Amino acid sequence: MILNMGPQHPSTHGVLRLLLEIDGETVVRVMPDIGYLHTGIEKTCEAKFYQQVVPLTDRIDYLCPMTNNLCYALAVERLLGLEIPPRAQWLRVMLNELTRINSHLVWLGTHALDIGAMTVFLYCFREREDILRLFEMVSGQRMMTSYFRVGGIALEPPLGFFERVKHFADRFPARIDEYENLLTSNPIWTMRTKGVATITAEDAIALGASGPTLRGSGVDWDLRRDMPYSSYDKFQFKVPVAKEGDVFARYICRVQELRESIGIVQQALAGMPEGPIKADAPKVVLPDREKMKTQMEALIYHFKIVTEGFAVPAGEVYQAVESPRGEMGYYVVSDGTAKPYRVHMRSACLANLQLLPKMCEGRLIADVVAAIGSIDIVLGEIDR
Amino acid sequence: MPLASPITDIEQLKDNPALARLLAWNSAAVEGVKFDREELSIYIARSYIREACAVLRDASPCPFNVFCDVTCVDWYPSEPRFEVIYHLLSIAGKERVRLKVRLGDDSPALESVTSVWPAANFFEREVFDLFGIRFTGHPYLRRIQMPDDWEGHPLRKDYPVEGYR
Repeated sequence: MILNMGPQHPSTHGVLRLLLEIDGETVVRVMPDIGYLHTGIEKTCEAKFYQQVVPLTDRIDYLCPMTNNLCYALAVERLLGLEIPPRAQWLRVMLNELTRINSHLVWLGTHALDIGAMTVFLYCFREREDILRLFEMVSGQRMMTSYFRVGGIALEPPLGFFERVKHFADRFPARIDEYENLLTSNPIWTMRTKGVATITAEDAIALGASGPTLRGSGVDWDLRRDMPYSSYDKFQFKVPVAKEGDVFARYICRVQELRESIGIVQQALAGMPEGPIKADAPKVVLPDREKMKTQMEALIYHFKIVTEGFAVPAGEVYQAVESPRGEMGYYVVSDGTAKPYRVHMRSACLANLQLLPKMCEGRLIADVVAAIGSIDIVLGEIDR
Repeated sequence: MPLASPITDIEQLKDNPALARLLAWNSAAVEGVKFDREELSIYIARSYIREACAVLRDASPCPFNVFCDVTCVDWYPSEPRFEVIYHLLSIAGKERVRLKVRLGDDSPALESVTSVWPAANFFEREVFDLFGIRFTGHPYLRRIQMPDDWEGHPLRKDYPVEGYR
């Protein structure tokens, strides 16, 4: 029998449609059907100036906007050959890790909810609210932040921001203990997750998995540590790896990542350098408002950047960052004009989704729900 | 950091593990190279792409075992019109390499790499859907993002941004 699951199924985390071929309760074949959220962002990018693409990158993955901002900004900065001041890099790292925590909290809450543990959802969204307030404080927006710009970041964080982050970072490890108390040794949780939807390291690599989905199968690979960007090499953190390759292993990896991320946030707070937050590139970076009121050149540059954009030397760059879901890559091609010739987003979820048939075939329908949760997909990023 | 000009001379780059392996295997497959902004691009002759990928996947000591991405750039109206672009990653060597295949406008097609990496499945379907490049030997070459009855390939440059109305 063919069973249609989705696109409006609550456990598919968006609008994913699965065609399940079933034999009784056993799944024989799984065929993911995607494209329901296709918005043509890659096409739209080609009609925008480089700086106008930044808000579009937020909307690809609505759970980690800053990661996408960062990846796009890094790609264009490499095309331009810009040097980013240390303070901007450290702020980017700190906010990226807060974004990772935010994304993992949504994952943990909804994943547990799918499997039937409702309390965790409420706990996770309580802490997520704190992070969204921090984002609102620093960028003016809770979700679509557009805070990282080409050449630096948009604004200096407001007074009291670092104290608020510190307050959150000090309290958060105890909150992770709360989640773990609810789940890690909970017999229902372990029965639903241990040994379920297992995938070997070879299969995971062959099918293009990345991020916690790959590390849950025992492959020790993290772009932040192995191909560092934005001064991640100056931070100490461990990369959690689990060998089992099942839903529980991926859960453990992500929960440990929460602890590591909060450690990176603490390090960033402790060692935050002083200095400018924007690169010294007047033709690319918008000038300060104060300078515009006193200096003719600043006003001219502002007018030119806003009306004609900035030209980027011809070339191409593939920049990858470790997003909460895996390898997020931006391939940006420039033909020397002020609009990108091509922007392609390498979506970690699109590759991770290809693991789903391998995980589910031969298992029960209920395990499909656990498997979808464990690969942590965001359909906005898959369809773009 | 000022931008260095790209290197396109094969002799200067032949120490790179990916290029060295490909040249040792079949120098006729390599049409050209470009080293720009710390990234190496290798132009592969169209008929060799699947074998070149298989060679790089099994190369030692730096096997490019991870398939990251395949996409396409449309250089309309210049010829050859399409460039199909593969991004490969080596976990052991911590290296990346970009392979490129140039394709002309008339019924663009090349061999699928799904037999080398099953991961290429969705990515090739997406390139087929949005650019109209056919991948021969692909197990299920159907539209993936656009509806099945959609006309045209939206990411081609002669397709208007607002769509046809």
